[in-house]
Amino acid sequence: MDDQRLETNIGNLLRTGVLLSAATVFAGGVLYLARHHADRVSYHQFSAGGAIVQSFRGILQSAAHLNSEGLIQFGLLLLIATPVARVALAVVGFALERDRLYAVVSLIVLIILVLSLMRAL
Amino acid sequence: MTALTFTFVVLAMSAIAGFLGALTGLGGGVVIVPVLAIAFGVDIKYAIGASLVSVIATSSGAAAAYVREGYSNIRVGMLLEIATTVGAIVGAILAVHVTTHVIAIVFGLVLLQAAYQSLFKPDQETACPTESDALGKRLRLGSTYPVDGTRLEYGVRNVPTGFGLMFGAGTLSGLLGIGSGALKVIAMDRAMKIPFKVSTTTSNFMIGVTAAASAGVYLSRGYIDPRVAMPVMLGVLAGAFFGTKVLIQARVRTLRIIFGCVVLALGIEMIVNGLTGKV
Repeated sequence: MDDQRLETNIGNLLRTGVLLSAATVFAGGVLYLARHHADRVSYHQFSAGGAIVQSFRGILQSAAHLNSEGLIQFGLLLLIATPVARVALAVVGFALERDRLYAVVSLIVLIILVLSLMRAL
Repeated sequence: MTALTFTFVVLAMSAIAGFLGALTGLGGGVVIVPVLAIAFGVDIKYAIGASLVSVIATSSGAAAAYVREGYSNIRVGMLLEIATTVGAIVGAILAVHVTTHVIAIVFGLVLLQAAYQSLFKPDQETACPTESDALGKRLRLGSTYPVDGTRLEYGVRNVPTGFGLMFGAGTLSGLLGIGSGALKVIAMDRAMKIPFKVSTTTSNFMIGVTAAASAGVYLSRGYIDPRVAMPVMLGVLAGAFFGTKVLIQARVRTLRIIFGCVVLALGIEMIVNGLTGKV
C-alpha cells in the first residue's frame, strides 16, 4: 500500500465517522427538542453536567436508555474517536509499508491521544 | 430563552460561521466562541467546549476531499502531531486553571491576529527549496505536490523550529478550543519552507487530531455540554460543507474583508470584556 492509497482510505474512514456522528447527534437533538423545547435555558453560569455527560460509562449508559443528552454526547464521542482511528490506521499502514520510523511516530501520537482520553473513563 | 429558540438561533449562527470559515480558510471556531460568549452570554467554558467539537467535525469531514487532491503530507503531519497533541493537553489543563478573563484576553489577541491576516495578507506562494536540510532528509519529509498537471518536488527544513511552533499552536488550541490553523500554517510555510498549499491542507488534517487530544480533558471537566455543542457542531458542519462547495465561484477577497472586520470587532470586544471582567 503506498502513501496515497493509505491516505485515501484514512480520508474515507474519517468522513464515514463524521457522518455517523452527525446522524447520532441529530437524532439526539430531535429527541432533546421534542422533550425539552419549552425549558428555560441559561448557560451564563458554568456548572459541570455530571457523570451522564462527563464520563464514557455515564454517556454509554444514558445513551442506551435513550436519554437525549446522553445520545448527543455519544455522537460527540464518535466524533472524537475519528481522529484517533485515523492515527491508529496510520500506525497499521506504516507498519505494512515496513516504515518503522513513522510507525513508531504514529504510535507515539496514538499513545498521547489514548492517555488524554483516559481522563474521561 | 427557551431551549427551542436557543437551539435554532445558535444553529443558524454556527452555520454562517462555518460557511464563512470555510470560504476564508480561517475556520469557524474562531468566531463561534466570542459570538456565544458575547451575544448569548454563554459561559466561555461551554463555548470553547462546543467549538472544540466543531473543529474536529470540520477537520475530519474535509479530510477526504483534501487527500484526493494529493497535497497533504502525512509524514510531516504525523511527526508534528507529537508536538501539537502534547501542547493541546497542556493548553486544556491551563484552561481549567486560569481565570476566564485571561482566556478572553488571549482569545481576543488571537482574533486580532486573524483579522490582520484576513485584511492585509493575501495568501502567497513563497519560494520553496527542492532540497531538504540534513534533519529533513534523515526523517524523509520531502515529497511532491501537484502543479499544473505535473508533480513538483519540495524539501522540508528547520524541523526543530517547526516542532516548537507546533507545540505553541497545540497549546493555543487546547486553551481556546480552536483549531489554530493559522499558526500551524505559519510553522510549516514560513519556518519549514513547505509549499503553501501543502501547508494548509496538512494543517487541516492535523487540526482534528490536535483537538481530540484536548477533548479528554474538556469532557471530563464538563466543558462539552450536549445542549450547547449539538447546534454548534451540526451548524458549523453544514455551513462548512456548503462553504467548500461554493469556494470557487465566490468573491473571496470581498468576503475576507467582511470577515476580517467582524473578527476585528469581536477581538476588541473580547479583550474589553476580559479586562472589565464581564466574560
